Amino acid sequence: MDTLLDFGIVVAKGGVLVNAMLIAAAYMVLAERKIAAWIQNRIGPNRVGPWGLFQSFADVFKLYLKEDIVPAAADYKFHALAPVISIAVAITVYAVIPWSDVFTLGGKEYTLTMAPDMNVALLVVLAMTSVGVYGVALAGWSSNNKYSLMGGLRSSAQMISYELSMGLSVVGVLMITGSLNLMEIIRWQTTGGWTVFYQPFAFIIFLVTALAETNRAPFDLPEAEPELVGGYHTEYSGMKFGLLYLAEYANMLASSAIMATLFLGGWDIVPFLDDAAVLGLEPNSIPMVLLGHGAFVGKSLLLVFVFIWIRWSLPRFRYDQLMNLGWKILLPLSLANIAITGTVMLFLNR
Amino acid sequence: MANVTTNTEAQRMTFWEKIYLPEIARGLGLTLRQMFRPKFTRQYPEERWEPEGSYRGRPVLVQEEDGERCVACGLCSRVCPALAIEVRAGETTAEKERYPEKFEINMLRCIYCGFCEEVCPEEAIVMSKDYELVFGSQEEGILGKEKLLIPVGQLQERLEFLRQWR
Repeated sequence: MDTLLDFGIVVAKGGVLVNAMLIAAAYMVLAERKIAAWIQNRIGPNRVGPWGLFQSFADVFKLYLKEDIVPAAADYKFHALAPVISIAVAITVYAVIPWSDVFTLGGKEYTLTMAPDMNVALLVVLAMTSVGVYGVALAGWSSNNKYSLMGGLRSSAQMISYELSMGLSVVGVLMITGSLNLMEIIRWQTTGGWTVFYQPFAFIIFLVTALAETNRAPFDLPEAEPELVGGYHTEYSGMKFGLLYLAEYANMLASSAIMATLFLGGWDIVPFLDDAAVLGLEPNSIPMVLLGHGAFVGKSLLLVFVFIWIRWSLPRFRYDQLMNLGWKILLPLSLANIAITGTVMLFLNR
Repeated sequence: MANVTTNTEAQRMTFWEKIYLPEIARGLGLTLRQMFRPKFTRQYPEERWEPEGSYRGRPVLVQEEDGERCVACGLCSRVCPALAIEVRAGETTAEKERYPEKFEINMLRCIYCGFCEEVCPEEAIVMSKDYELVFGSQEEGILGKEKLLIPVGQLQERLEFLRQWR
């Protein structure tokens, strides 16, 4: 009976998570358009519903109603598979994101995370973001279009170049917190202070590489519209295009959540303070956990705003500049960061 | 330019400019400030733009209480560079003997140059403020007298502008 209940809870969490993610991604598209408009002194979408809040649904309905066009020379199987890979990989990452602390209800421990306390959670995240490139590369290749192929190739090259720095920038956090378990990393930060104060360079490197990994401007070369028409999704239409698009935003939210986890203390509300004691609540009571969940979501959304803000401020990198930055600057910097962190930790005997 | 040795962008930049991040932060600050500035958007169907008298919109014929001013001299038709105007004169027994039996402007051809208005000796054809032109077909784009004649009261601003500046 208990097993069945646990199974039901996991399934329910999964259902909620997938739907919440898709709605969040749809609303991030709206947020992107609104913020872009504000930065350009415009108002942005405001016709569908109050303040244009139903614009996202209108967009999705439109995409559903559109004709699904597959180029005659395209490889149909892979053409259809690519968006599925993209979105599936994006969703998978959400399973390990530590949405909240553990709370006790009726003598049992629960958490909002789908796969809590997974001891390789961080590796899963890094692995899944690398698998995400298959969707993009496959979409580019199977379209049988030179622009799409160029987009896919660029995406692969970019991912390989930036993944190294991303992985290495995380190592500093791992050395300090001593765990690959995302919940453990947050628990360390609730008492020891947020890692961004110990690892500011790692945070900046991670932010830059996260921009590159999610194909966001200024690293959006795979879909550089002045050069490559639409990049890897040139030959996509209807909901297949919609899936590729949503996957991009879902990845953005996932990256933001991972950054909030690794560097900004996850569900910790104020750094260096015992939040529960300050607020006068029980450490693992439901209101405290929900407040922490709010803090986590707030931090993630703030980082999403930073992503969007950067996109509408910075011009796109040239391809050689992109590679130079990745291999000649970020990689040595992240290696130096590890060396310095190690040295300091050795001297502090920790 | 042979003696110029330090002129590449990288050489002209200071250390802080070379490491990018402070400059990126400056750029981000600029865009953040823009977000809180007043918006330029005009919410079109609700807020309409009211042009000045100097605006050259759809050309129209001036209608007085006792009929149109036009005497069907055909000058506008002659001067029109896009050949958009067709006039056929008719005669009456009234004091002003001539009137246009047929006056058509093909709005698909009109280029809003205002030559017709400039050449008209009677101030009978003027450019209105109407900038909202929509046709369902090519035939609808050819406006006859019933659509061209506008009471003089509505065109005062343009007529005053012409008297002052022409």
